[in-house]
Amino acid sequence: MDVRAQMSMVFHLDKCIGCHTCSIACKNIWTDRKGTEYMWWNNVETKPGTGYPTAWEDQEKYHGGWVVEDGNLHLRSTSKTQTVFNIFHNPHQPSMDDYYEPWTYDYQHLFNAPEGPDQPTAVPISMVTGDLIQIKAGPNWDDDMGGSPVYAENDPNLAQLNPEQRAQMFAVQRLMFFYLPRICNHCLNPACVASCPSGALHKRGEDGIVLVDQKRCRGWRACIAACPYKKMYYNWQTGKSEKCILCYPRLETGQAPACFHSCVGRIRYLGVVLYDADRIREVAGLPQDELIEAQRSLILNPNDPAVIAAARQNGVHDSVVESAQKSPTYRFVKDWKIALPLHAEYRTLPMLFYVPPMAPVMAQKTGTTVDNISEDLFHDIDDARAPIEYMASMFGAGNAGKVRYALRKQKAVRWYRRAVTVGDVDMATAERMLREADCSPAEAEAIYKLTSLCTFDDRFVIPPMHREQAVEMLEDPLAHKQGVGFGFMESPRRGL
Amino acid sequence: MSNLSAYFYALFFVALPYVSLVVFFLMTIVRYRTGAFTYSSLSSQFLENRQHFWALMPFHYGILTVLGMHIAAFLIPREVEWWARIPLRLWVMEAGMLAAGLLTLAGLTAAMLRRHTNHKIALVTSPGDWVVLTLLLLQVLSGIGIAMMYPWGSSWFAIAVTPYLWSVAKLNPNMAVVAAMPALIQFHIVNAFLIIGFFPFSRLVHILVAPNPYLWRRPQVVRWYRRPAAAKG
Repeated sequence: MDVRAQMSMVFHLDKCIGCHTCSIACKNIWTDRKGTEYMWWNNVETKPGTGYPTAWEDQEKYHGGWVVEDGNLHLRSTSKTQTVFNIFHNPHQPSMDDYYEPWTYDYQHLFNAPEGPDQPTAVPISMVTGDLIQIKAGPNWDDDMGGSPVYAENDPNLAQLNPEQRAQMFAVQRLMFFYLPRICNHCLNPACVASCPSGALHKRGEDGIVLVDQKRCRGWRACIAACPYKKMYYNWQTGKSEKCILCYPRLETGQAPACFHSCVGRIRYLGVVLYDADRIREVAGLPQDELIEAQRSLILNPNDPAVIAAARQNGVHDSVVESAQKSPTYRFVKDWKIALPLHAEYRTLPMLFYVPPMAPVMAQKTGTTVDNISEDLFHDIDDARAPIEYMASMFGAGNAGKVRYALRKQKAVRWYRRAVTVGDVDMATAERMLREADCSPAEAEAIYKLTSLCTFDDRFVIPPMHREQAVEMLEDPLAHKQGVGFGFMESPRRGL
Repeated sequence: MSNLSAYFYALFFVALPYVSLVVFFLMTIVRYRTGAFTYSSLSSQFLENRQHFWALMPFHYGILTVLGMHIAAFLIPREVEWWARIPLRLWVMEAGMLAAGLLTLAGLTAAMLRRHTNHKIALVTSPGDWVVLTLLLLQVLSGIGIAMMYPWGSSWFAIAVTPYLWSVAKLNPNMAVVAAMPALIQFHIVNAFLIIGFFPFSRLVHILVAPNPYLWRRPQVVRWYRRPAAAKG
């Protein structure tokens, strides 16, 4: 057992209102620079929809992630031999057109325009070239376009549905959408790291955050094709790859990452989990329908004395183990099993988990009005507007049972709380529902509390990062005695 | 040989090689130590994907073939000569090298056109890039010219140029052989040393960081700051 610590995350999709505050917080801190204008380390997509970059889930097009062939786990986009031959031109690299060309507006023209018969306008200009451009797409062009034939109907997840289900899903009375916020998953088996020819991409041993060593990155671009979530970005100005750093400078000072901190809907949870690194290869290569359960089993119980002993032997600090014992993500993923990884079939073992959203109830068109079919607000899950197979394509690696379990438990918690607070639901019925959903009243209370009444400290349990120890490896603290306060930073100057 | 031309020969075939080589070794190391961040392929594929293929693939495969043969003729001239002792083989080698040279020229021209015509690519093109591209174009053109005007280079390179290069490498430069060569070949040699001298100040440094360790490393990379000796691998 090789016990390591890993920062893990849970996004509660039932609470996401799609306000994009997270995206803006991230953009303002990290990607408001030349060459990064098009990057959204955090983005929020509407599902069903094509997302950003366009149709990123279509791995026939983008070739991301891992595949198992004849028992061998290998990257879909490249191999050691292919890297040699593809180093001059990566055949699977998306170009800026797959994302969008960033633009701003020529505001100066409003002031400088010569006198004329019309009001001057601020025309859109490219942030890359400065030329006038016709805007064709942006990072959120499918925002709220739940029933759109351009966006929603081209959602790659619809491939899992039969034609009848697809037709039903796009019937007017069934139209629905929900939001999917995405950041880097800081995977246990990251495809980007495995593909990096330079060895610049790495996982931090102490917390599992995946980073690009900017001084080692040579711009070979293999990571961009390899990441199935398309969360590796190429900075066209510096000639280096960049990615979400989980705001590690904030984490190291005890603050939540900017997107977590700013989340208006309080949908985000962050905590450390302990996992068994010895089993990564084995789990990543399992048959698809076993992936969700196996990935869960990788995460170890931080209260188990054997795990604690193994963690200590492996250099995991006691304070980190303590933090893991309080981790909200552990409760969602392991205790309650209502948070699921996104597209586990990519086999990167993502460490960002999603609580699947309750889809709206069925509706029916009578005359000119659309009414809810069911009087029952807590409708049956299989009657939801989004077919369970659609959700399973995203959160269950095709395994509908895992998604149904998570949704049923959420639904039972609602019934139970309704019985407690409003009282118009019979408590006996509520308790029967809890039993059917594999949930005790105590667990229902805990889920309710961590979902609805969660404070800042409940949501973000940040372990001490012990940078004071780490930095001693790199710098002699005494060397800086009496000299603290001035340092020299290199600007990220583009190579010659 | 008049005094003046002797002076120029000494300048081009003795002084220039040494200046170039010293600059090359010194400055690549200095640049790596002080500005490792600037070591990058500076790929522009993200901004333009289609022309990139038709320019960069022929160019790189062409120039690697040609460069590889030049290095082989420098390091193992006898073996190259021995291999090419049969006329058919010599002919195949000669035609192959010329084809590789033409491939390089096609790719290089396409790359220059791409950098010139595409606005986005022009934005990430520095004056240094144009210097490199121009030097390379001159080198490839003169190389193809030599292959056509003075054929069987795979045979005479080993006798004529290799001794000169080795004399430079052994710090005992003997320019007698090169002084007797046609002007086009002399130009090719001088331009080669110009490229070597300009190398550390250009994007060419990406050649030095070609990712060979990737081929035998494990897929996942983990970096630890501190790990007890008892901890596993």
